[in-house]
Amino acid sequence: MAVPAFLARERIVARPGFNRWLIPPAALAVHLCIGQAYATSVYKTALVAHFDATLTSIGIIFSIAIVMLGLSAALFGTWVDRNGPRAAMFTSAVFWVTGFLVGSLGIASEQLWLVYLGYGVIGGIGLGIGYISPVSTLIKWFPDRPGLATGMAIMGFGGGALIATPLSRQLMAFYDPDYVASGPGANVASGDAVAKLFLTFAIVYLVYMMFGAFIVRVPADGWKPDGFDPSTVKQKALVTTSSVSAANAIKTPQFWLLWIVLFCNVTAGIGILEQAAPMIQDFFRDGGSSAVAATAAAGFVGVLSLFNMAGRFVWSSTSDYIGRKPIYMVYLGVGIVLYLILATLGSSATWIFVITAAVIISFYGGGFATIPAYLRDLFGTYQVGAIHGRLLTAWSAAGVAGPLIVNGVLDMAEGEPGELVAGDYRPALFIMVGLLAIGFVANLLVKPVADKWHEPASAPTPETKEASAVR
Amino acid sequence: MSSSASTGTPAGNRQPTHTPAALIAFAWTFVGVPLAYGLYQTVKTASSLFGG
Repeated sequence: MAVPAFLARERIVARPGFNRWLIPPAALAVHLCIGQAYATSVYKTALVAHFDATLTSIGIIFSIAIVMLGLSAALFGTWVDRNGPRAAMFTSAVFWVTGFLVGSLGIASEQLWLVYLGYGVIGGIGLGIGYISPVSTLIKWFPDRPGLATGMAIMGFGGGALIATPLSRQLMAFYDPDYVASGPGANVASGDAVAKLFLTFAIVYLVYMMFGAFIVRVPADGWKPDGFDPSTVKQKALVTTSSVSAANAIKTPQFWLLWIVLFCNVTAGIGILEQAAPMIQDFFRDGGSSAVAATAAAGFVGVLSLFNMAGRFVWSSTSDYIGRKPIYMVYLGVGIVLYLILATLGSSATWIFVITAAVIISFYGGGFATIPAYLRDLFGTYQVGAIHGRLLTAWSAAGVAGPLIVNGVLDMAEGEPGELVAGDYRPALFIMVGLLAIGFVANLLVKPVADKWHEPASAPTPETKEASAVR
Repeated sequence: MSSSASTGTPAGNRQPTHTPAALIAFAWTFVGVPLAYGLYQTVKTASSLFGG
């Protein structure tokens, strides 16, 4: 599929002397926008009231978007690698913004299926393409610090929710003067306010994502940072300077081991994120009342958001120094210990609960941010974006499995989240320990990719070769 | 001085370029300001956990 000339990869090859520090803000401009996907809960109750629907039928909007994220990242990953980041960011912006426009129309016309189609399907495609769009470009610009580079971009995805949540509340209050977000007299915003919020987001996100698309550049073939010696990278265990195509990568055990690692790490994180606010109240419930007030529970969600975002940058950057395999041993191994502490000692003191949960969520974020660099180490930079896209199906699967596990366990308890006690959560936490143990073993089994999967030494770059040979 | 950051360049054009520091500063500010807003709002919310 050809792209217009102004989007073509060859139009954005940087000339000598270009400053690579212009690339992270280009990536952030996209990820800060698509990160809004994790702020949908802020208008969930407003949509429930507007459509007179159930929480489940509104929650499906987000689920569709996440499933479409994984599918589109897997399907369009090779296209993204071939056509470059500008075409990918531009396309992502068109889908993401169209998703908001169609979603807004659906809300205004009270047609829920249009919101499914708009935000869920169309927007979800924009999410998937946007998520992977800057990753391989950043890795190529920062061969000396790939973990730092991808950490910065994927931190933006976490940051997007941090921005969209309070901004949504303020904009809904602006469009609906009767709306009270919190405190005494709190109510829900009107559907009209949410429709206008979607329109506003469409305009703002269009500006930001196009800004990213038009400042992004790809390095010329053979470019490397001053003072960087590629041979030093090869000296590290697991790191290859060879290239593996996306078609061949999925035939290697390494790809599927990393799929299991990502799936387990994300599922375990969702175990806490899914029920964060009611969970902390239930852990400190004595009789009918909780020692943790609703406002403090909301604060706990804020703490988790901060650690989720910080973990993406801090842990991914750390992996540049200690290596990808060791950092996942930390995420999964220390994660096991922390989950055990949470399950057994979590209800003994609030500070123990908050600190362990916060560190677990920082590992959850770190797992997302470090995986592109891990893929680069194992498969090279050749089609790392496409390989990353295929791996993100693990995220979609975890997005389904995580809530199923937690909700399934809590359904067996008597009562709803917000009325339970710590013991009701323990089975779910122990299941997460088991999952992390599986992920830990999978990570231990990761070895360098066999030579037979490597492209020939003179392998063409993605822009000159449309499909790699399949062995 | 021309910059490849403001205009696209065909792959064959290998003339050296210079990225203006002002453009880099603007780009980081453009994404940094909303991020700072989000961080501030979230820290404010999170502080209620420690406010008793």
